[in-house]
Amino acid sequence: MSTTTEQQPPQTDLLERPVAVAGDPLAAPSPKAPRRAARSMYQKHSKVYPKAVHGTFRRIKWAALAVLLAIYYVLPWVRWDRGPNAPDQAVLLDLANRRFYLFFVELWPQQIYYLTGALILAALGLFLATSLAGRVWCGYACPQTVWTDLYVWVERLVEGDRGERIRLDQGAWTARKAGRKVLKNLIWLLIALATGGAWIFYFTDAPTLLGEMLRFEVSSTALGFIGLFTATTYLLAGFAREQVCTYMCPWPRFQSAMIDEDSLIVTYQDWRGEGRSLLRKSQSWEERRAEGLGDCIDCFNCVQVCPAGIDIRDGLQMQCIGCGLCIDACDEIMTKVGRPTGLITFDTQTSQVAVATGGQPVPFRLLRPRTILYTLMMLVIAGGIGVGLLLKPGLDISVLRDRAPLFVALSDGSVRNAYTFKISNMTRDPRAYTLAVSGVTGASLSVAGDGQDEQAGTQRLTAGADMVATYRIFVTAPRTGLQGASQPLTFRLTSADGEVATYDSVFMGPAN
Amino acid sequence: MAQKEKDALSGVETTGHEWDGLRELNNPLPKWWLYIFYVCIAWSLVYYVFYPAWPLGKSYTKGLLGYSQREELVQKVAEGKKAQEKYLTAIAATSVEDIQKNKDLLAFAMAGGRSYFNENCAACHGAGGQGAKGFPTLADDVWLWGGTTADIYKTIQHGIRADDGDTRGTVGIGMTAFGKDGILNREQIAQVAEYVLSLNKRSTDAAAAEKGKTVYDENCAACHGDSAQGSVAVGMDVGAPPLVTANWLYGGDKATLVETITNGRAGVMPAWSKRLDDATVKSLAVYVHNLGGGK
Ligand code: SF4
Ligand code: SF4
Repeated sequence: MSTTTEQQPPQTDLLERPVAVAGDPLAAPSPKAPRRAARSMYQKHSKVYPKAVHGTFRRIKWAALAVLLAIYYVLPWVRWDRGPNAPDQAVLLDLANRRFYLFFVELWPQQIYYLTGALILAALGLFLATSLAGRVWCGYACPQTVWTDLYVWVERLVEGDRGERIRLDQGAWTARKAGRKVLKNLIWLLIALATGGAWIFYFTDAPTLLGEMLRFEVSSTALGFIGLFTATTYLLAGFAREQVCTYMCPWPRFQSAMIDEDSLIVTYQDWRGEGRSLLRKSQSWEERRAEGLGDCIDCFNCVQVCPAGIDIRDGLQMQCIGCGLCIDACDEIMTKVGRPTGLITFDTQTSQVAVATGGQPVPFRLLRPRTILYTLMMLVIAGGIGVGLLLKPGLDISVLRDRAPLFVALSDGSVRNAYTFKISNMTRDPRAYTLAVSGVTGASLSVAGDGQDEQAGTQRLTAGADMVATYRIFVTAPRTGLQGASQPLTFRLTSADGEVATYDSVFMGPAN
Repeated sequence: MAQKEKDALSGVETTGHEWDGLRELNNPLPKWWLYIFYVCIAWSLVYYVFYPAWPLGKSYTKGLLGYSQREELVQKVAEGKKAQEKYLTAIAATSVEDIQKNKDLLAFAMAGGRSYFNENCAACHGAGGQGAKGFPTLADDVWLWGGTTADIYKTIQHGIRADDGDTRGTVGIGMTAFGKDGILNREQIAQVAEYVLSLNKRSTDAAAAEKGKTVYDENCAACHGDSAQGSVAVGMDVGAPPLVTANWLYGGDKATLVETITNGRAGVMPAWSKRLDDATVKSLAVYVHNLGGGK
């Protein structure tokens, strides 16, 4: 069945549109030898020259492009006050100091699962969007799409629209051609550089880094990353373009699992358009209909604007990124020739089948098991993350028991265990804590190198702001109070302002 | 002209290959992808020229850049050593007590001390200083030669009964072999052993213990102290352990006590200042003190 996911024409099944088949291949296999000779194992790249187009979807696409690029470039410059000794960048992935800052959220490495949650949320969001409206992500929001769109726009500015670009590429190398190409690539490279440059602002304090950049003092690591992202932007948006979507990205391969017959997709109404043929001046629409011809005047406008370089009239295809530009293109034509728009439309298969068979369009079903399920899953995960963040502790402790020696017998017969005790103070203030243990009769606490005497009750410990403090803790207990070789011991650390962290460990002693 | 054959369901051209009626679709790889493979192959050739690549018996092709992971390691180690230098000089210049008080130096001394300990000391004293018969536990509170950081520092520096002018104890002289040397007879030895047991409330023969007390006062108290509290407690540097204790270096049962009194004991430890530099010895002293037993 892998064949159907590769290139899927569901309309073929639903609407029984004839497929281009050279005879029935199963019934009459033709001789193999000559065919093999003509077949290439490799696909020659044919460059796509998307034509300019105007219309609703194009406007949405421009808006999406502007908003997304603005977010990308502006976000690192947004400031967020976290008090003294803390970075004031709203979004900062501080890898060197192992802290992630996202507005009011501050993550330590051991809390990385919040990011996992966010990624799962993002994946579910993608699933939900796809089941609702096909590949809107691909068509409008994916960085590959956004930057490709920007690059094509530059290309159009410099080299002209589709026809001119084709002629320029096919024509001989002249000074004019070389000039255009150099100019285009120069602008592309500048955009790429800005893209790569902006990327690293997310990982260090942006104003500081910009200052360093202007003084040419950037570290080689930063330079390496700028270079990497400049190169990938330039290559992927300038040259690879739709090839990334068709051959490199895994998403098109399984997005069909999220689409069903109630998802909005870009569809060519073949029941209305077929019997496609050029419109002759003398011909009236009544005459065309009488001849069995459809509304499609075979002008190829939809094909020429398509950034994926495909013909939507072949049905839903893996290469289609659902950008809707072909809709704008065809609407333009339909308006010109005086036919209703929407020959290519954004609609569900259910509705299309109904209309094709003479019925009424079916209203879009927002609530379907899969959309409900995706939404519920998203709510659960978002709720979990939200609650987790609200209750996020400012204190975390970890206790590691010494294993060599397992325990130490003291000269008065009591038994002592040693523990490495770590306090993560995840707040912006130095804090004092009181440590107590419970679970072992008569246990007393002491801290190595601390100078405080052993005392039966508690120990006072401190940890600096945003720091991990490590202590070596000794717990001593009289042998008479022990039950067996190992028994549970609970550490309980209370901060001066009342936050409590507990840790369950064990206390070991002689077997009898 | 070859005739193209398309799959009825997907509309994709087939390769013409057929297995039991199943046809293979031809979804050709883009050419540029193929070229990327070629570029990778070309890249590997460049790699051969610049980096170590081919084994040549005992040697290998070195490559033009002269890259070597081994050398990188040596360099990294040297860099690390250099970074440690300022701590090592500081430790060498600071008394062990003051190291304990300085957070940075303490952390450095503890980390270093741990690896020095595992390298040099753990063979006898066990990992974490858990000790073994005849080799004192360093994590408990019994110290034959003193348990302050300064005491421990001196012991590690000069050793015990070692070939060093300032060594602890005297070379070749330990606890007297009261039996072997004919100072006490068997009965007296049994009595004094019983007395030691009685100090720890483990005696089963009160009469013998009573007689043993006299023997103790005459022969043992000089080193172990009048109330058997050990030589450190009475301010002597002879390494006589306290005898009122739950921790016995050689064993606290009667047979072992008799054996000890009969043959004597004389534990030794090398003088480490001859093998390790001062900063290392200081780090060790701090580490051992922090194992838990330090006084
Ligand atoms: S077929 Fe239409 S919707 Fe699909 S990628 Fe091309 S222009 Fe966009
Ligand atoms: S733009 Fe519309 S009329 Fe023109 S070829 Fe495409 S579907 Fe047919």
